[in-house]
Amino acid sequence: MSERILMCGNEALAESAIIAGLDAYFGYPITPQNEIPEYMSKRMPEEGRVFLQCESELASINMVYGAAATGKRVMTTSSSPGISLMQEGISYLAGAELPSVIVNIMRGGPGLGNIAPAQGDYFQATRGGGHGDYRTIVLGPSSVQELVDCMPLAFDLADQYRIPVLVLADGIIGQMMEPVVFNKKPRRKLPPKDWALTGADGREQNIVRSLWLKEGAVEQHNYDLQAKYREIEKNEVLCEQYEVDDAEIVVIAYGIAARIVQGAVNKARQEGIKVGWIRPITLWPFPTEQISKAAKDFKIFLTIELSCGQMVDDVKLAVAGKVPVQFYGRPGGGVPTVEQVLDKIRQLTLRQENVI
Amino acid sequence: MQKVFTKPQSLKDCTTHYCPGCGHGIAHRLIAETIDELGLRGRTIGIAPVGCAVLAYDYLDMDMIEVAHGRAPAVATGMKRTNPDKIIFSYQGDGDLAAIGTGEIIHAAHRGEQITVIFINNAVFGMTGGQMAPTTLLGQVTTTTPLGRDPLKQGYPLQVSELLAMLPGAIYIERCSLHKPALIRNAKKAVKHAFQLQADGAKGLSLVELLSPCPTAWRMTPTKAIEWMENEMIKIFPLGRLKG
Ligand SMILES: Cc1ncc(C[n+]2csc(CCOP(=O)(O)OP(=O)(O)O)c2C)c(N)n1
Ligand code: SF4
Repeated sequence: MSERILMCGNEALAESAIIAGLDAYFGYPITPQNEIPEYMSKRMPEEGRVFLQCESELASINMVYGAAATGKRVMTTSSSPGISLMQEGISYLAGAELPSVIVNIMRGGPGLGNIAPAQGDYFQATRGGGHGDYRTIVLGPSSVQELVDCMPLAFDLADQYRIPVLVLADGIIGQMMEPVVFNKKPRRKLPPKDWALTGADGREQNIVRSLWLKEGAVEQHNYDLQAKYREIEKNEVLCEQYEVDDAEIVVIAYGIAARIVQGAVNKARQEGIKVGWIRPITLWPFPTEQISKAAKDFKIFLTIELSCGQMVDDVKLAVAGKVPVQFYGRPGGGVPTVEQVLDKIRQLTLRQENVI
Repeated sequence: MQKVFTKPQSLKDCTTHYCPGCGHGIAHRLIAETIDELGLRGRTIGIAPVGCAVLAYDYLDMDMIEVAHGRAPAVATGMKRTNPDKIIFSYQGDGDLAAIGTGEIIHAAHRGEQITVIFINNAVFGMTGGQMAPTTLLGQVTTTTPLGRDPLKQGYPLQVSELLAMLPGAIYIERCSLHKPALIRNAKKAVKHAFQLQADGAKGLSLVELLSPCPTAWRMTPTKAIEWMENEMIKIFPLGRLKG
């Protein structure tokens, strides 16, 4: 498939995962991502691969754990309350260093919340979420095309670093239809999965575990994990920037919020306001360096999120007090409009004039 | 000199951490013998539970995984669905299978997953120090039923095998015990049958429940523990084939 076709985000990501070599999909229905298991239930058997509707998200993530341990490419998808249930399994995947892909098409929370787009799971996704000292790679696509492009990347990153990779998008990206192209780009050279459980035929046993009882062993395991995380931070940061150099205001947003911001920034530029944007694509590792570099002169940073303010903490850490960071967000299914973001930008210019 | 009894190849030559009189070691041996006799080591993947047998991979010499408490049947499902040619077994205690993992075992059986489950019932949480399990007998004193299990407060002993036998997806369910040599020989037959079914591609889940002594958490001597099993435990958990 190399022609442009119109697809909804959820189905497009599912097809992209299949093209990326997905061996098995396990999932439990939850809105707004039901198109994914529905699509998979048809396409995976067509490809001779595994689809299973599980009894719960606890079961889904543990089926992922089992299949991943045998070296298969495997994923599950869910939305916020379901991802909370998966946190136990994600911590085990991280502890046992099993490659796997988990998609969260976020909705409003906490609790059952609502089924509208939201970005309230940023903390959960980027801080580990389950118990223990771990990280997962988190990708935050902002269009259907990017959702398509990030799936093979997610599988490759998972295999390269033996780590769970989260794709964090929201209800709008999952639901909206946009033209997409499925590219079969060259893939990374990946290490062999000689650790996988395949039956100890003519070799010593392989063990997949996350328990380390000997004195100092779990500490060492954690240091090893941290060393891997530092390497990921060094090599795998992705972010996009627009007219940041001459900007007096830099707006930071990811996912669907970034699309709104881009609209607002374009309008603000037409009004002569010097504003640019930075869009993190990897939410962990976070583009700390890129943001830190941009935080100079008399810039003001403005973070826009579909939450009460979560990523803004990372932005503040990145700028390290060098410049002021303002926040505007709407939580739990509220989506800021281009006009609202534009107003916020205008307010900041007024304030800047007052300051200067 | 002719050797008449040896250690199975799939069992490592090491000392286990199990208490004197514990049944886990016997159960491990039955599994190892079975895998050797059926020639399955090269394509078997075992799932160790959270419980006293969490280190089963230190004793069983085959590919093994350690999983979250109770989730083994889901992990087994993920493995078997993606590797239909492999032999997948889970090894689970009663806390693991009948408390935290009730949902996973019922649904794996309900879907007829082609896996083998070895279910160790010692009527108590051994590893965490002897708390009540769903399988704890009425009147049994544990660290969380200091006055003995009262059915009105803590419910009745859960007979999981009977429950699972009702599901069409379970094709073979048998309850055996490890407290006498003759019964251990029966248990071996059951374990072997359960693995053989999977190796033959039988369409469903097979489970062998093994009643197992836990002298430590029962606060009994190993001999007293055997007597208690003979006099009390098998009344509530009668031995025999429940299905298949
Ligand atoms: C989620 C979670 N809850 C609780 C525990 C603590 N825990 C470890 S083993 C165990 C019970 C084990 O009992 P059983 O399965 O009967 O096995 P046994 O130790 O008796 O062989 C519990 C509650 C845990 N590890 N994980
Ligand atoms: S506590 Fe019970 S189950 Fe655990 S090793 Fe000791 S005797 Fe065996």
